Amino acid sequence: MASLNTPSATADVVIEIGGFPIRLSTDDTAFLEMLKVRYAGFVTSGENARIEFDVMLAPADTMIGNGDVRVERESGRWSMGRGDFEADWNPRAARGIIRQSTNPYSINSVLRIVHTLLLAEQGGFLVHASSAVRNGRAFLFAGVSGAGKTTMARLAPPDVALLTDEISYVSREEDSYHAYGTPFAGDLGRLGENIRAPLAALYLLTKGTENKIEPVSAAEASRALLENILCFARDSEVVRSVFEAACDFVCRVPIRRLTFTPDARVWEMIV
Amino acid sequence: MSEKCYVARSTKIAARMMGDEMMIMLAPDSTLFTLNEVASAIFNAADGTTPLEVIVRERVCAEFDVELEVALKDAQQVVKELAGHGVLLVSDEPITKPRAFAQVAR
Repeated sequence: MASLNTPSATADVVIEIGGFPIRLSTDDTAFLEMLKVRYAGFVTSGENARIEFDVMLAPADTMIGNGDVRVERESGRWSMGRGDFEADWNPRAARGIIRQSTNPYSINSVLRIVHTLLLAEQGGFLVHASSAVRNGRAFLFAGVSGAGKTTMARLAPPDVALLTDEISYVSREEDSYHAYGTPFAGDLGRLGENIRAPLAALYLLTKGTENKIEPVSAAEASRALLENILCFARDSEVVRSVFEAACDFVCRVPIRRLTFTPDARVWEMIV
Repeated sequence: MSEKCYVARSTKIAARMMGDEMMIMLAPDSTLFTLNEVASAIFNAADGTTPLEVIVRERVCAEFDVELEVALKDAQQVVKELAGHGVLLVSDEPITKPRAFAQVAR
């Protein structure tokens, strides 16, 4: 087990994604400043945080490696980890602790996991998709690595506000869905805008020689969506929630196949 | 598989009819299955108390214009595969308590 620095005089930052503020406290001022820069645009005032995490930093060479993410629930507490971080979160107490090195990717992973669990409770999800707002409505472009998520973001015209080029945040509010901007950036290396908009459509991306939009069956849409939703937890209740969330989404939001050739004209179809 | 077999849906799955296809996800590991119309009909009728032969006769042969012998053989294969993945439970007696059955089957 790595030796850990116990926080003494701590400072904190509150990072609000999807309208859900999470406070991260640490005694390492350099790490804190890094968080403020990395999540610029998503840092809010610290008065209304809904979860508090103490971040305990270990020496850089003691918590390394990737491997599979582990997310498990025991006695109402979530335990999650990978080679480079370990975290525990008690939802009832709205408190948790993260042990990691100063690697910013570690805290990013914890935030993603926590948000997938929060969203699963309310019918939303994180999904491998770029997303953007045009004319007050949000559009998602889903696909695996190489499908064209970042390309769609790069091709977006000036009137389009980018929410993310990698991981989209879909929140359910009764029978409607909203997409939020996220700091979870992909190859574009740029944070999304911290705004939200009602979801107009989700497009399943395919690269081709022409631009066209085609209908997909409900079953195909469900399969594709489920393949792209982030679900880290090996937990029956969460898996059921994610499955139901995906099926509900398919029944309520238009899902189409977007075949596109990588030039800006594809955005003429997204209105 | 015996002549008189009963099938029940597992309690460890989530399932939803999407269009013409039944989508099924195994809760423990997120494995996703899609059933065609015939398999969906069997799955929907798998209440643990109706014999498979009756399900095939009333839900498959009546709907899909296929002979009982052929349909039953195909149905047994489908049931065997789904049971192997934990989607269905199979017994030669009516299944009224799936959880209890699972313990006996072990």
